[in-house]
Amino acid sequence: MENSEAARISRRNALLGVNLLRLITLLTALPVIGVIVYIIVRGAPALSWEFISAMPREGMRAGGILPAIMGTFYLTLGTAVFSVPLGVAAGIYIAEYAPDNRATRLVRIAIINLAGIPSVVYGLFGLGLFVLFLKFGTSILAASLTLSIMTLPVIISTTEEALRQVPNAFRVVSTSLGATRWQTIQRITLPQAMPGVITGVILGLERAAGETAPIMFTGAAFFLPLLPQSPLDATMALPYHIFVISTSVPGMPVEIQYGTVLVLLFFVLGMNVIATLIRNRARARRQW
Amino acid sequence: METAKGERWITWIIKISGYSSILFVSLILFFLAREGFPALGEVPLKDLFGARWYPIEGYFGIWPLIFGSVLVTVGALLIGIPFGIGTAVYLSELAPAWIKNILKPIIEILAGLPSVVLGFLGIQLAAPFFRQFLNLPTGLTAFTGAVLLGFIAIPTIVSISEDALNTVPSTYRHGALALGANHWQTIWGVTVPAARSGLLTAVMLGVGRSIGETMAVMMVTGNAPVLPRSLNALFLPARTMTATIASEMGEVATGSMHYHVLFFIGIVLFGISLAVNLTASSLALRSRKRAERLLS
Repeated sequence: MENSEAARISRRNALLGVNLLRLITLLTALPVIGVIVYIIVRGAPALSWEFISAMPREGMRAGGILPAIMGTFYLTLGTAVFSVPLGVAAGIYIAEYAPDNRATRLVRIAIINLAGIPSVVYGLFGLGLFVLFLKFGTSILAASLTLSIMTLPVIISTTEEALRQVPNAFRVVSTSLGATRWQTIQRITLPQAMPGVITGVILGLERAAGETAPIMFTGAAFFLPLLPQSPLDATMALPYHIFVISTSVPGMPVEIQYGTVLVLLFFVLGMNVIATLIRNRARARRQW
Repeated sequence: METAKGERWITWIIKISGYSSILFVSLILFFLAREGFPALGEVPLKDLFGARWYPIEGYFGIWPLIFGSVLVTVGALLIGIPFGIGTAVYLSELAPAWIKNILKPIIEILAGLPSVVLGFLGIQLAAPFFRQFLNLPTGLTAFTGAVLLGFIAIPTIVSISEDALNTVPSTYRHGALALGANHWQTIWGVTVPAARSGLLTAVMLGVGRSIGETMAVMMVTGNAPVLPRSLNALFLPARTMTATIASEMGEVATGSMHYHVLFFIGIVLFGISLAVNLTASSLALRSRKRAERLLS
């Protein structure tokens, strides 16, 4: 009897426990969905052609957010120009060239570190090196370079992982047919790993597009009456604009605030969706 | 022979790119030190670690800021650990495939939400809610910051914990079930303990994420750099190290004492993230080695 009593209690505990885990997961997931839906509902009324294509008016309380949209576009593009070639090459080095020795371990530790440095510290670094020491000033160039270094670890690790998933037989066969190491990478390994690499690149750039702290002192401007004319100009940007209009502009219409957030989400989550689609399609197609 | 020469160039470029991370970490350290260490000469060490942060009158005590960072991080972990690890356990041990296919993208969306968006939602929704619900004079408190940070840390904790749980060999689970343990007992008695160093890594990286988070905390914690006088501190405004840098750097004169101290805070943050990440990666390495030993 006692035994079955114990069994009953443990069954009951198991049921309670499993349901508790379900509840916890639900409480984690529901707010995310709720918040996204809420932003869409509150932000949609602000959206119009004027909103995304016009300059702000009346101290940013009316008109559009074109300069912020263009700024985020330029910054993301600038980040891609620097971080993609460097990050992919570094990923190739670690996956295909690096020997298993002390120096490689040091490289790995450096990458882990880069990934962990707080974004505002990147901002300080960008200010110290790019804005002041190299005299780029607060500019798209300085901000893009800062964001690039912050994005590097994401691109490096995903590139490395994508290359490692390519079966070794591919390399062996290619080499046995007389291809050099680079020819093997260029014609065989990298094309096979490409969907993974692209996914990583997009996820890295997505993060860069949404960052505020690294660009605050390196390239972002509170308000500019003109679109930037060169990479050495400062720029408005969506994330910084959201910060500005939600903390420093009194009497800012709430609708415009939600609208701006919605545009940034569209930008960022759109990139996320594209990355996921590429990954899923590649997985479905893969023959190994 | 053309190819051999071209290939040598390419190999060099790839090698240099590979080592670039070391260069960048050194550059970051160098420029933080260059701008931050002068603070040590300008502000006596006793004052630098003093209890008062009031730059306009020359008080540069960073204790209240360190305390603010620790306070919101601890608060964030109180939310992030149970919810993050709980979700990971559910995802890896219990959830049917179709639920996983819905949940994982949701967690990814959470991971992808820019922190300024979370800060905005904190101002618009969380702060007014907590002010009414907890009957506080203001909703912009350390508590609101901690809740947001918890959500920011959750995706990190979930994904690393889930990886850790997935590397536990399924023979462990089968063994426990065969011995008559039920699902729940298997999870807490076998799977979770077997994955513990991976889970610890997840928590460490969650700590790193929370301590370094800037925009969301800056927007909702109310910006009051004060040392706590009672346990109530969690429900009062606070100010973290990151928020201090972000909100004051724009207004200081380059090369001033205040400027140097802000960079010095950057050095402190760099040191903390270095320690947290090295611990996390050595934990991860240890668990991988143990897993290899057990599986061989």
